[in-house]
Formats: sequence, C-alpha cells, structure tokens
Amino acid sequence: MEIFEPNLYLYLSVSAVMFAIGTLGVLTRRNAIVIFMCVELMLNAVNLTLVTFSRFLDDAAGSMLVFFVMCVAAAEAVVGLAIIIALFRNKRDIDVNNFNLFKW
Amino acid sequence: MDINSLIILLPLFGAAIIGILGFVSESFRKQEALIGGLGTLMVAVPFGLILMNFLGYHEHPVHFRIFDWIVSGTINVSFGYTLDELSLLMGLIVTGVGSLIHIYSIGYMHGDKGYYKFFLYLNLFIFAMLNLILGDNMAVMFLGWEGVGACSYFLIGFWYEDMAKAAAAQKAFVANRIGDFAMLAAMFLIFDYTGKATGNYSLNFSDILGLDWAADSAPTFWVALLVFIAATGKSAQIPLYVWLPDAMAGPTPVSALIHAATMVTSGIYLISRLGEIFIHAEGVMAFIGIMGALTALLAALIAIAQNDIKKVLAYSTVSQLGFMFMALGAGAFTTAIFHVMTHAFFKACLFLGSGSVIHAMDHTHAVEDGQDIRTMGNLKKYMPATHITFFVSTLAIAGIPLFSGFFSKDEILGKVFANGLMGGEFIYYLVWIIGAFTAALTAFYMTRVYFLTFRGKERFNAHGHDPHESPATMTIPLYVLGFLAVVGGFVGLPEVFDHGHLNWISHHWLGHHGTVTMEHTEDLGHVSAGIEWALILFSSLIAIGGVYFAWNFYTKHDLEGDTIIKNKLGKLYDWMGNKFYVDELYEFVLIKPFVRAGTDVIMVFDKYVLDGIVNGIGSLTLFLADVFKRIQTGYVGNYALMIVAGVMILLTYLFFF
Amino acid sequence: MALQTALFWIFSILGIAGGIGLVINRNPVYSALSLILNFFSLAGLYLSLQAEFLAVIQVLVYAGAIMVLFLFVIMLLNLSDEPRVEGFDIARGASFLLAIGFVAEMLIILKDVVLPSSPEKFTYGKVESIGNLLMTNYLFPFEVISVVLVASLIGAIVIAKKFNY
Repeated sequence: MEIFEPNLYLYLSVSAVMFAIGTLGVLTRRNAIVIFMCVELMLNAVNLTLVTFSRFLDDAAGSMLVFFVMCVAAAEAVVGLAIIIALFRNKRDIDVNNFNLFKW
Repeated sequence: MDINSLIILLPLFGAAIIGILGFVSESFRKQEALIGGLGTLMVAVPFGLILMNFLGYHEHPVHFRIFDWIVSGTINVSFGYTLDELSLLMGLIVTGVGSLIHIYSIGYMHGDKGYYKFFLYLNLFIFAMLNLILGDNMAVMFLGWEGVGACSYFLIGFWYEDMAKAAAAQKAFVANRIGDFAMLAAMFLIFDYTGKATGNYSLNFSDILGLDWAADSAPTFWVALLVFIAATGKSAQIPLYVWLPDAMAGPTPVSALIHAATMVTSGIYLISRLGEIFIHAEGVMAFIGIMGALTALLAALIAIAQNDIKKVLAYSTVSQLGFMFMALGAGAFTTAIFHVMTHAFFKACLFLGSGSVIHAMDHTHAVEDGQDIRTMGNLKKYMPATHITFFVSTLAIAGIPLFSGFFSKDEILGKVFANGLMGGEFIYYLVWIIGAFTAALTAFYMTRVYFLTFRGKERFNAHGHDPHESPATMTIPLYVLGFLAVVGGFVGLPEVFDHGHLNWISHHWLGHHGTVTMEHTEDLGHVSAGIEWALILFSSLIAIGGVYFAWNFYTKHDLEGDTIIKNKLGKLYDWMGNKFYVDELYEFVLIKPFVRAGTDVIMVFDKYVLDGIVNGIGSLTLFLADVFKRIQTGYVGNYALMIVAGVMILLTYLFFF
Repeated sequence: MALQTALFWIFSILGIAGGIGLVINRNPVYSALSLILNFFSLAGLYLSLQAEFLAVIQVLVYAGAIMVLFLFVIMLLNLSDEPRVEGFDIARGASFLLAIGFVAEMLIILKDVVLPSSPEKFTYGKVESIGNLLMTNYLFPFEVISVVLVASLIGAIVIAKKFNY
C-alpha cells in the first residue's frame, strides 16, 4: 500500500490535471458562462498547489494567498457575471464565437 | 536646505518667473522697472551671499549640495557646489559685475520689445555661469559650460530679425561647439583615468586633483591639451577666436558681461582649477604660452585698424585673454586669475561706456552707424560721466602705473620673464618679447579709441539733437566699475614689495591654502629684486610711451593719423583692417569644402540612401502589418489559444532547455 | 494515515471527474453542478492536507456563494444547449494537444520537486492561527481586499443595471 500513500507529487499531479482540464474547457467551449466556470476551475487547481506547498513546508504564505485568491475570485465572479448579463441584454447571445468586434 | 543653495537657485527662479510671466502676460512685459528690478535682485542677493562667504571665509571650503543627479554604482554625480578661494573670487566677479550690468541694462534696454526676454537670458546666464565656477564636479561644470554657451547664443542673436546678427550668433555657437567637443573628450579621459588609477570612477574635482598626474605622461598630456582646446573655444584664442568680434552684434551689456568679463574667462578659470594637471604637462604649458602670445599680438594688430568702437574693444578683449593665457602658460595661475579680475573691471567699464556712447550717438540721428568712431569726436563735452570712466579704464587697460591693469599685466610679464630666466627655456623669452610689444600696442590703440571718441574735432552734425549723458541707471554702474578699474590692482602688489607678502591675491588668498596650484616658478626660485624693478620700470615705460605717443600723434593729426599710419605700414595695414583675412581663410578652407561636400555628396546620399531607408522602413511596416493583422481575428478563443501556446513554449524552454 | 490516503484518492478522483463533467456537458446547468462537485472534492482534499479553515471556506464561498450566483445567472439567461461541432476543427485539435502536452510536461517537471522536510503537523490550518496572521502580518492586504470587494460590488451594479439615460 506504500505506493498509494499520498505525497507531494500526487497532490501536485492532481492539481496539474485539473488545471489542464480547465484550460481545455476555456479553449474548446463557446458558452461564455462555461468558459468562466472553467477559469474558476483553473484558479482552484492553483489553490490546491498553494495549499499543498503550504502544508508540506508548514508555511503560512500559501494558505494566506489561497484566502486572498478566494476573495478576489468572488469579486471577479461578480463583475464577470455582470458583464455577461450586460452582454446578453444587448445581443441576446453569449456564444463567444459570435463576437469578433475586436479586430482590424 | 542650505542657505547657500540660493546662490545657484535664485538666478534660475528669476529667469523662470520673468520667462513665464513675460510669456503669458502682456501687461507684465510693459513693467520694465519691475522686470529689471527683479532680474537685478536675483543676481544681487547671490552676490551678497557670496560676499558673506567671502568675508567669513576661514581656510575651509564650504560645500553644499542641492540634489543627486546621477547615481549609478560607485559613480555619484550630484548638483554639489564648493565655495573655495578660487570659486568665491570668480563668483564675486560674476555676480558683482553681473549685478552692475543688470542695473545698467534697465536703462540701456529701455523701450526694447524683447525687454523681458533680455533679463530672462541674463538671469539664465548668471545661473549657468555660477554652475560653471561653483560646481564641485566636471559634470555640473560642463552643464554650466554649455549653459553659458547657449545663453551667449541667445543674446548675440537677441535682435535676430537682422540676418547678420543671427549669423553672428550661429558662428559663435559653432566655434564654441568645437571647443565643447574637446571638453567632452577631456572629461571622458579624466573619467577613464580616475577609474584606472583608483578603481573609483569620479568626476569630482577633489578626486581628480587628488590623483598623481605626474605618474603617467600620456593621459596628462592629452587631458591638458584637450582642456586647452576647449578653452580656446570659450575664451577666444587662436584658432577659434573669430566668433568673439562678431559676437558684438548682441546688445552692449551682453558684450560687457558675457564677452568681456565673465564667460570668456571660463577657460582661464578651468585651466587654473585643473592647474595640478597642467604643471605636469610642460609641453602643453609652453604651447599655451605661445598661443596666448600670438593671439594677443594678432588681436592687438587688428584692433589698431578697426573703426567700430565695439570691434576695437572686442579685439582688445581677445588680446587681453591672450595675456591671461600667457600667464597660464608660465604656470602663473593666480596671476591669470588676477588679470581676469582687473580685466573684468576695466573692460566691463569700457564696454558699458561704449554702450553709453552708442546710445547717445543713435539718439542724435545724425549718423548712420552709431558705433563708428570716425563720426564721433569731442564727446567729452556732452558726456562727462561716460568720459571720465572711459578715460580711467583706458589708462587701466593701457597699463599706466597705479591703475589696476598695470599690476596684473606687469605681473604676467614678470612671471613669463622669470620662467625664461629661471627655467632657462628660450620659448618664454619669445613670449615675453611678444607680450611686451603687445602691451605697447594696447596702450596705443586704446588711446586712439579714447581720443577719437571723446576728444579732437566734433565730426558729427547734430542738427540740434545733441548727444546727451545717459540716465543714472547707466552712469552709476560706470562710476562703480571705473572706481574698481582704478583701485582694483592694489590687491596684487608686485612681489618686490616685502617679498610678495603685500600681494594679497596671490599669496594670501588664492595661493595660500592650495586651492590654486602655486605657479611652478616658485620652485625655480625668485628673480632678484633688481631684475624685478627693471621689469616694472620697463612695463611702465612701454605703457606710458604708448599712451604718450598716441596722444601726441592724434592731437596733432586727429583722424588723419589713421591715414598716416596706413601710408607708413602699406600692405600690412590693409591686412590688419581686414582682420588678416582669417574669416576668409576659414571660409575658403573649411566652410566652402563642407558646403560643396554637403550639396554634391551628402545630398545624393541623403536623397537615395537615407530617404530610401526611411521610406523603406515605412513600407515594410505597412506590409508586415497587412500580413500580421490577420492574426487578430477578434475571437476570444483564438487569443486564449495563443496565450496557452505561449505559456507552453515558455514552460518548455525554461525547464527543458 | 489511512484516513488521509482514503480522502485523497476518493476526492481527487471525484474532483477530476467533476472537472471533466464541467467540460463535456453541453447543458450549462449540468456543467455548473459538475463544478460544484469539483469544489466539494477540493474541500475534501484540503481536509486531507489538514487545512480545515480553507476547506470550510471553500464550501462556503465557492460551492455556496459563487456557484449559486452562477446558477442564478444561467437560469436567468435561460440558455439552450451548446450545439455540437461538426467535423474537425484545427483549434480544437490544438487545444487537446496543448492540454495533454501540459499534463505530460508537468508530470515530468514535478518529479524533480524535492522539499527540505515534511512536517507531521500543519500549523496554519486552524482558524485561530489564520485569524492571528490576518490581524497582524497580513493586515494591510486584508484591508485592501475589502476595498476590492466593495469596488467589485459597485462595478457589478453599474455594469449590470439598466440605466435609462
């Protein structure tokens, strides 16, 4: 059972896999809200890394940073969703592939 | 902040206030008394501060710092200033004469439409000049060096609507630029040498002078030579003196302040400051001496045949600067500074007097050119104040005993002679002979100018508009400077009295605490008292002789005297009148080829190669933009993909390569 | 130890499953529910790391507040399912390659991570120690974050509200 013992490497690997899944979601999905949720997933994957290091070093900085990341994520979610609502109100659509106004 | 900072900052504030208010406010521009008073105050207060430091000076230089300028590694260049013996004396001259000339300008510039600009530039000039002489490192000194050059340019071209005057300004600027180039090169060398010698790069004078310049002859030689070349630009020596006579296009107070009393002496100041380097470069010293002598002679010869009152004074300035360089060449740095001081008094007085004369002559509307001495004469009757001050200053510059010029000039000739005698170097005898001859010429041509202007027949027809004396703002500075021109020399009595202990300036002020390197004639020992008396007698004789001869000659012949000299000298006189064709020579040798090269070679190069490159860059940018704009699709997904790809590339690069 | 092992394996598998669910569900509501699953699993993982305070916050703030907000918005907008992509899309293929490449690279890189020591107990997991730090060493960021929250609150209102000019 020794190999099943969770260690630093395993935790970090899980975090990396989650991050990759989040990235994949951001790149492939077209619904703005889903993309947004995928960004949240990426944030959380990073949080896991921070907590892991914090634990294995017994250092406060990682945990504190996670705390602040959560606060900023909450703020960010609020503003982001407000933007999505404003977008939807104006265009009746939140499929990112239907918006290409920022171009030459 | 240190109260001494005001010495530097007040002239700058003055310039800023006058400049800004003058620029925005129409009504401020008309307040001549306010502008003039403000401008004067901003120079007079620093004068007071410097005077306080001067009187309270007690062996230790005063340092003050405004802020750090360049801090990088071990290099620390700050706006730091030192008030030591040399800079205090120079500061007194600059702000003292500067204040007087500001007062004079209030009257002289009355009614000029650029009135506020004039005082703006004057204050700015004082600021730059104070940076030059008080700065404790070469970077600040160089800032001032460039600043005075720029102000000189502004003020020569003050009446820039006249093309000739604008051209004169440009000429001064370009000639100065050649010197500035040498200055920069010298600074780089010094910087490099300090770093190599001590491992600590520095431009501070204290560090520079603390080095052992005798150790390695190559940098010593090049630094000395380059500083001297820089000085020939600012201080109008052969071959760069040609700008100074043309610089008389500026208003007369400018000629008095910048082109006689202060800026042109900055080269002498710098060489005195760096005397520690120069005494180890013997070859350069001899070269400086001979160049000074040649400049003095050439300018004096030209001055004899000039008819424009300011031109004569300009050439006499060049000539006197030559004397100062003779002193520097002999290693007599304190003597050179002494002559700077007396020269500032009598030459400023002469220039201001000529300004007063020009003012009066223009007022009569009887003459076409108010500066031509051939159309003057007998002005003594109309302008008593100008006359008396001009008279004593003429005697001073001629070197009549007991007037200020006598002491300094005699000391220069004495030091040069002593160098020849004690050092046994033949070249200094030559310098001495030229110097003595030039001194006689000086007495002659200055008496000529004085005589043709103030005495003899009245050669203008005033039609009722008689020339009149100038207002009090102009005559008071004249009296003060005239007084100083008479008594200023007593601070430097000859060595023969009490072994030089009465020579306050050389022995008790400059030389005493080692600010200025004591002349290396000291090491050679003193000439005997007999020889010194003989030299004093000799220089008295040539001065009195020159004045006496010219006086009699022009009393007898009046303006015809010039014709007689012309007939006597023949071709030489034509050459003198035409300034030895030096301008024409430069035109032919330097300017013409440059213009030719510019039109024929560079123009083609510019048109096809440079323009081609510039236009090519433009076209290339447009073409690339056309290609790469397609990347910018406007779809968020594509941007995100690119970001992730970029992150992946970086990650791979950082961890696997 | 056994408990930690169990927690880790259960919640990491659940978390990754939640993540996959988030990405592959075409209905946004299902996606959101998958994400909630992922957030709960993360809270479990934090517990296995002895970070009790963060585990609680994770449930309260993320799974509780933020995800509820998401669900509200999804239902407010009444979105339809995302249509299927027909055929092969080059961007999509590149995305898969990048994601797989990333995981592979990280697995290789992380192998080399060695820490000086591995302490038995985690000091900073409890509310008490975190609270102490927030009021001492991290007081300034703590105050700043409150300003950030207020700013985002006002910003959200300004952006989302319909103004009649």
